[in-house]
Amino acid sequence: MLVGGEQGASAFRVKGVFILQNSTKTFSVQEMIQVKKQKKNTSSTIEKIVPILLLFTAIVSVLTTLGIVLTLIVETFTFFSRVSIVEFFTSTKWYPFSPTQGSYGVLPLVVGTLKVTGIAAIVAIPIGLATAIFLSEYASDRTRRIIKPILEVLAGIPTIVYGFFALTFVTPLLREFIPSLEIFNALSPGIVIGIMITPMIASLSEDAMSSVPNSMREGALALGSTKLEVSLKVVLPAAISGVIASVVLAVSRAIGETMIVAVAGGSTPSMSWDLTSSIQTMTAYIVQVSQGDAGYGTTIYYSIYAVGFTLFVFTLVMNLFAQFISRRFREEY
Amino acid sequence: MKLINHTSVVKHMKPRLVINILFKSLFFAATLFGLLVLGILLYRIFTQGIAYLDMQFLQSLPSRKPEQAGIKTALVGTIWLMAVVAPISLSLGVGTAIYLEEYAKKNRFTSFIQVNISNLAGVPSIVFGLLGLTVFVRALSLGTSVLAAGLTMSLLVLPIIIVASQEAIRSVPKELREASFGMGATKWQTIVHVVLPAAIPGILTGGILALSRAIGETAPLVVLGLPLFLAFLPKSVFDMFTVLPMQIYNWTGRPQAEFQSLAAAGIIVLLVMLIIMNSIAVLIRNKYQKRF
Repeated sequence: MLVGGEQGASAFRVKGVFILQNSTKTFSVQEMIQVKKQKKNTSSTIEKIVPILLLFTAIVSVLTTLGIVLTLIVETFTFFSRVSIVEFFTSTKWYPFSPTQGSYGVLPLVVGTLKVTGIAAIVAIPIGLATAIFLSEYASDRTRRIIKPILEVLAGIPTIVYGFFALTFVTPLLREFIPSLEIFNALSPGIVIGIMITPMIASLSEDAMSSVPNSMREGALALGSTKLEVSLKVVLPAAISGVIASVVLAVSRAIGETMIVAVAGGSTPSMSWDLTSSIQTMTAYIVQVSQGDAGYGTTIYYSIYAVGFTLFVFTLVMNLFAQFISRRFREEY
Repeated sequence: MKLINHTSVVKHMKPRLVINILFKSLFFAATLFGLLVLGILLYRIFTQGIAYLDMQFLQSLPSRKPEQAGIKTALVGTIWLMAVVAPISLSLGVGTAIYLEEYAKKNRFTSFIQVNISNLAGVPSIVFGLLGLTVFVRALSLGTSVLAAGLTMSLLVLPIIIVASQEAIRSVPKELREASFGMGATKWQTIVHVVLPAAIPGILTGGILALSRAIGETAPLVVLGLPLFLAFLPKSVFDMFTVLPMQIYNWTGRPQAEFQSLAAAGIIVLLVMLIIMNSIAVLIRNKYQKRF
């Protein structure tokens, strides 16, 4: 408003001159004061209204959370009025599409999710941490500047592309080594989800490790440590809160991942821990029902909310845990 | 008294150095693994899809015959979706960021909003789909329209825009605001004429990244019930539509190899769109970096 302010002042001066020249028109000063007052009033009204409007936009994000929680709770409640909550959490059979008597035990879906997440974590944690250590401790500035954006490209690829990759490349490749592997299985989407979350672990852990002050590294090097010993015994422990938070966030992302498992995981809920057979995760079940023609108001329709609620609680707990760790155990240097 | 046992140090030195080099190459290999996977992924998709990628593919409606199928409806649908998501999510996101950075007092309510935003960013996208299905598709009976999907997607990308805008606004130097106040400008005048112009590159970068997330997202749209097969174009925001990732998902799920190649061709188009958007974001970031 710098420019505007100057304009206002000069207009005032011009008017002042005008008044001096025509001194008979004295009322114009009063008019000017009126105009000025009106201007001030409108601008002060704007000043008062704007924060309220902006507050409303800020409240939209709160309303979104509220909407998610309420939606899930209300519809899950309807579901539990038809299916007992004990059956939902203890039964080991998930046959909602059974024509006679549907069976709703969420455990097979949870097992499917845990299998895929477990494989993803086994792939992503070592590779992600190794990448983070390499980028933060060994790589030159130039190497880091080239590699980090490329890894971020990996993180930006849409998940449906990863799903396509899992089904048409990783699964056939794995079948060369494991002939008993089914077309839909837990292993292939697990590995691909692991690849998807690796950049997340690498990038966030690298940030945590880079913020460890150099004086600590130099101290350890001066005592005769090798670079590896500095990385593992000084830098990693100092950055551990950030590293753990990054891993927890990445695992929570893996739990909620949908399209990769929907495309390559299959739709057979199962309690077995066999990695080569077809599975169904919580997310894949929601996709299956959404695509099918389970009508509005059926028990199957409400079951996706119960499953979604379970999924939501899983990820929320992990996200809160990550926030708690990074706040509680942060080492300030 | 000897504090250091020289022979033992010498004895242990060599294995320590060997292990150091060994691990360095391991770490390097792990870093290369990510790049290698990216390379394989792009190579596979390009070799598989390039044969189907021509003008006819871009201009045809979807078809049951692979040689006639195209992505016209999906492309148009994606553009419609962006046209709804961009204004809604940007105005809500930037508004929230201005409120939190410029107006909000440091109290419990503000930190509650802040925690809420970071938790919202961690909610799986499919849960946003359930929210959209209940609120927009059913309760407001918008059906599987562009508007319902656009509103759902706007809420999904809102945290990304808020966080990016907050950072951009925070990085505007205090002196600029003080100079503006010193000239007699009011708070809102300062925000509109000083803070926002200075923060616009950061806000735009965040906005483009959020939009590129929105056009690649599939799961919430599947839950909303978007059709997998649609042979007409939407004419208003209340019409049914489909988007590129849905079309790719549809083709990926079919057993015939031709459809898999079509999916690969669709993925190439999607990736090219994403690359263009990301390049624009990077260009903006580089052009306006460190102006203060």
